[in-house]
Amino acid sequence: MLGKLTWAAIPLDQPIPLVASGVVGLVLVGVLGLIVVKGWLPYLWREWITSVDHKRIGIMYCLLALVMLLRGFSDALLMRSQQALAYQAPGFLPPEHYNQVFSAHGTLMIFFVSMPFVIGLMNFAVPLQLGIRDVAFPTLNSVSFWLTATGALLVNISLVVGEFARTGWLPYPPLSELTYSPGVGVDYYLWALQISGVGTLMSGINLVTTILKIHAPGMTYLRMPMFCWTSLASNLLIVAAFPILTATLAMLLLDRYLGFHFFTNEAGGNAMMFMNLIWAWGHPEVYILILPAFGVFSEVVSTFSQKPLFGYRSMVGATMVICVLAFSVWLHHFFTMGAGGDVNAIFGILSMIIAVPTGVKVFNWLFTMYGGRVTFAPPMLWAVGFMVTFVIGGMTGVLLAVPPADFVLHNSLFLVAHFHNVVIGGVLFGAFAGYTYWFPKAFGFRLDERLGKWSFWCWIGGFYLAFMPLYVLGLIGMTRRMQHYDVAAWRPWLLIAGVGALLILAGIILQVAQLVISIRNRESLRDLTGDPWNGRSLEWATASPPPAFNFAVLPEVAGEEAYWSIKERAREQAQAEEELSYAEIEMPRNSPTGFICAFFATVMGFALIWHIWWMVALGAAGAFATFVVFAWRNRSEYVIPAAEVARVDRAYRAARRKAYADLQAAQ
Amino acid sequence: MSQAAQGRDRHHADTAPGDAQRDGHDLAQGVRSYLIGLGLAVLLTAVSFFVAGTSLVWQPSIPVALFVLAIAQMGVHLVFFLHITTGPDNVNNVMALAFGVLIVILLIAGSLWIMSHLNHNMLPMDRLMQMQR
Repeated sequence: MLGKLTWAAIPLDQPIPLVASGVVGLVLVGVLGLIVVKGWLPYLWREWITSVDHKRIGIMYCLLALVMLLRGFSDALLMRSQQALAYQAPGFLPPEHYNQVFSAHGTLMIFFVSMPFVIGLMNFAVPLQLGIRDVAFPTLNSVSFWLTATGALLVNISLVVGEFARTGWLPYPPLSELTYSPGVGVDYYLWALQISGVGTLMSGINLVTTILKIHAPGMTYLRMPMFCWTSLASNLLIVAAFPILTATLAMLLLDRYLGFHFFTNEAGGNAMMFMNLIWAWGHPEVYILILPAFGVFSEVVSTFSQKPLFGYRSMVGATMVICVLAFSVWLHHFFTMGAGGDVNAIFGILSMIIAVPTGVKVFNWLFTMYGGRVTFAPPMLWAVGFMVTFVIGGMTGVLLAVPPADFVLHNSLFLVAHFHNVVIGGVLFGAFAGYTYWFPKAFGFRLDERLGKWSFWCWIGGFYLAFMPLYVLGLIGMTRRMQHYDVAAWRPWLLIAGVGALLILAGIILQVAQLVISIRNRESLRDLTGDPWNGRSLEWATASPPPAFNFAVLPEVAGEEAYWSIKERAREQAQAEEELSYAEIEMPRNSPTGFICAFFATVMGFALIWHIWWMVALGAAGAFATFVVFAWRNRSEYVIPAAEVARVDRAYRAARRKAYADLQAAQ
Repeated sequence: MSQAAQGRDRHHADTAPGDAQRDGHDLAQGVRSYLIGLGLAVLLTAVSFFVAGTSLVWQPSIPVALFVLAIAQMGVHLVFFLHITTGPDNVNNVMALAFGVLIVILLIAGSLWIMSHLNHNMLPMDRLMQMQR
């Protein structure tokens, strides 16, 4: 009746996961209870859960990423404290649990923190920057988000029911095959990623279509803000690379469920093919994550230097070169597999070449700052911190791209230090820069600046304390993923790394405090102008938070830096604002399709993991029925009458005029 | 015309392939194009089956012939069903196609190259297993 699911799946004999899941469960029940008791459920359902508004969906993506960051970071703390304690001792985590912790940490941080964070920022900002009302397929967007949330939910269910993979964040066969991993851990990993992968692919298609096909009048490709270009490149990579991941994981699923032999040791299977295919996706994936972060930094550096981005066209070129070259370097993840000198040399050289366009970008940011009036608000701090940190990570990356050096350093903590250096210093700092930069646009008030700065310094100090020792440890021979060790020389470095992790914890606590305090003080942090940073692109041309239709009248774009030129023109001509002619606007209606689809996908994924076949059929039928109901809908849009548009827009313009007048009076 | 309406018109000027003629006055031409495509696709399929079983051509050339026919089949699908043209409104589609083809070639050729070198340098797993027996 329930497949492999029995009471033995609940880890009653292991205190750590039991207590952790108990606490998470209590918090969850508490939050849900609060929502129901306060009567917020109808509001949440109407305005958020069923929303197809790209801004709301973007915010929900970012929220998912922040919550999962807490979970992934607690795994990191567990690992750091285990390694600090496990010198000639077993530590407090038994090996099978430790292996699950580092696997879950990697999986969560890449798929359910970095990915949702950058996709959320793209979802929120790209349509606003292009001067349009929504993405190309709004309901599909909501489905994408909820499927991603399904994947995150499945990974977290594995904490309570059953176990997670013990194979690392990429389940290399033959370890991940049924012979060596007979439990449900790898199945949790595979189905969570297959389901959220569908969501990611659809969101990629959605954003590529939006950026290529829908623009405000006059917004030609070479007038798009840099963030739109990097989003385009990133989403092209999603569309091209995620099918490879889906196919590879599907082959592993066939091995595990139906006795196929793609990657097994026997019957002609070839485990090396898995490394090859997974990294053919895995390398583009790192650019999927970092390119949007590059876009955020381009916007932030230009805005806070009060100068146009230096070398806009070279930046576009560098982005698109990275987009293509990303697919030609994947072998550098397995130089030691044994493909030989010829193959390693070619891929080593290509890996060094791909560092060139990234270097172009770094110089462009530096030249943008040169001669500018730089203000160090928190987003700019993240950007400068990124430039310093990322260059170090990039250089160790070029070092690892030298095959002979890689033979010494592969699988060591040097590698772990390198990729944390680029993922934290690049992707995460970019996500935080975007979060503080666009927060006032999303909610109409700024985040507290003082706490933001403290949190930045904790993060960057903690990062260096936590990961520079890992470079040293890698060079003196410590391999990654060690549950215990007995080399005395490693211990001091691991203790320093542990202190670094605690400093990062302080940074995260300050970020949570920043959010709470900013919400409490929102009236004093309120921004009525819609343009708190003196921005240059179109998202700052509308109210904060923007109305559902984004722009009452689509802006006319006459050159690069659309909003900057509009402001310049207004200042030169010093004219009164002309009265706009408002027209009615058609907007997509909210739809619960995404949420219901994801509900059935969760049921189906859970049932597949535990081999509950009747429930699989139920979930599949439910998801398909949801799709059919959506396809048969009669009305997909509603009309906002011109009078309503005019009322909203005039109110915003009046508030903006008053805010600017107050500012001038204050000066 | 309001600015919003102008914006909407400009979007529609850049239509997706297959959406180009919505008013129906070119309906007959559209149907004819699909029928030509269907005919060519059926013809190429039939020839493939014929070539596979025939003794009329030199035997070793049959795989090459099937390969050529398969590529021709792709071409027919692209032109008649997916409406890839060289027109100015089709630049995005041609670029997307070129990008896709490039990635597929990189992936397949790269994988074959890597794996052949690997098998050459390392003993393939099945041979290793045999030696252990």
